[in-house]
Amino acid sequence: MNESLLRELVPAVIAVLVRRGADFASADDAVQEALIKALETWPQEPPRDQKAWLVTAAWRRFLDAARAESSRRGRELVVHEEPPAGPAPAVDDTLQLYFLCAHPSLTPASAVALTLRAVGGLTTRQIAEAYLVPEATMAQRISRAKRTIADVRLDQPGDVATVLRVLYLVFNEGYSGDVDLAAEAIRLTRQLAAGIAHPEVAGLLALMLLHHARRAARTAPDGSLVPLAEQDRGQWDTKLIADGVDILQAALARDQLGEFQAQAAIAALHADAPTPEETDWVQIVEWYDELARLTDSPVVRLNRAVAVGEADGPRAGLAALATLDASLPRYTAVAAYLHERDGDLETAARLYAEAAHRAPNLAERDHLTRQAARLNALRHR
Amino acid sequence: MAKYLLLKHYRGAPAAVNDVPMDQWTPEEISAHIQYMRDFAARLEQTGEFVDGQALSPEGTFVRYDGEGRPPVTDGPFAETKDLIAGWMVIDVDSYERALELAGELSAAPGAGGKPIHEWLELRPFLAEPPTVTE
Repeated sequence: MNESLLRELVPAVIAVLVRRGADFASADDAVQEALIKALETWPQEPPRDQKAWLVTAAWRRFLDAARAESSRRGRELVVHEEPPAGPAPAVDDTLQLYFLCAHPSLTPASAVALTLRAVGGLTTRQIAEAYLVPEATMAQRISRAKRTIADVRLDQPGDVATVLRVLYLVFNEGYSGDVDLAAEAIRLTRQLAAGIAHPEVAGLLALMLLHHARRAARTAPDGSLVPLAEQDRGQWDTKLIADGVDILQAALARDQLGEFQAQAAIAALHADAPTPEETDWVQIVEWYDELARLTDSPVVRLNRAVAVGEADGPRAGLAALATLDASLPRYTAVAAYLHERDGDLETAARLYAEAAHRAPNLAERDHLTRQAARLNALRHR
Repeated sequence: MAKYLLLKHYRGAPAAVNDVPMDQWTPEEISAHIQYMRDFAARLEQTGEFVDGQALSPEGTFVRYDGEGRPPVTDGPFAETKDLIAGWMVIDVDSYERALELAGELSAAPGAGGKPIHEWLELRPFLAEPPTVTE
């Protein structure tokens, strides 16, 4: 059984139930139960028409739950057995689910969980495992999210920017469990890009593809981080890079620059360099200037200082760094790197050790500790 | 989302405001305290923020390797050990501010006289996974 094909059917099946009169929350619950049943039974008894099977199973579960609820309340159950007549929906149903699941009233964590379940077709258990929380906690997070958006109508236009932030979070943050969240984010963004012509959707898709292309090179066999300059570029996935660059170029041609396109442009310039020395740092600094203009983010200015250090030398990088808040995450790590490039190994070693102490994740801490140890060994030789 | 550890100390944290040893509370006060902790955990599960909660025995043993073919050496417990962990709760929350808020609520658990203990809890962020996009 191809589980990802099964997952692709989920949003369409939810949409069928909603069109027949189910509310989103109950439709999502019913489809989730049908999905779990499918995962159990399909390996032995594959259905002839997968979507029809899911619709029938989910609809039956929805009716059972609705009948139980209506008899509990003593009210009569009114649902349409078939889709009601009326104007065809203006926008694709799956697209509407993206907007609903990323509704601005939801916290980022709730929006992520709901998107992975209703649009991504993952089970609650899989989502809980991906984020290392108990299944009961994740189930509650999802129910709460559904209560929050209970009054949002499915046919209202949503904000693409909120959807993109959720997809970016799925891609960028998560654990490496059974579910490949990065691949899942790419699938969902690709599906979104197919349904909506928006340069930033394309920009985000390009950004994901360009970073995903480096995945094999990013970690050593022992799991440690390999920085960009030290990566074996032969391991980069050239097909993904070509795909990302094509998508990015088409998006940039529309002349509506946004932060994801600018970030993708930076990733594309790295991807374009056969060796680290051939990186076009001058152009990268220009893209960071654009990005700073678009987002005004201190993290962007920190990354810009690294690029300035490469383009104009470490002293210029340190000067750019001096204008920033020293309490920024990774500030000390950047300072250590620039001091090493400037030849001040003693300061660099001290700063690497300090940066390791403040690192937000284990892989970075180990990497920074090794950098400090490497410089200390050089100095004491 | 970020995970945080709320650490409760038997010893090692600054003194609580309502600092009366538990064996000098009334049985009802002890029950009220335990119920508060249970309710707190149940509420966090409802909000989708609960990960784990465990209590530890105060008695522990120090253990270390003693060389090839030899059994590990044990020592302690040491009465003079300054820091003694009583238990923990792990939460998964949207922000540091939310973690602070929850730690404050947990520290308000009732103690002697039914009044909040105001005990000091230690809040420690988990080291996460590295992000994919770094430049």
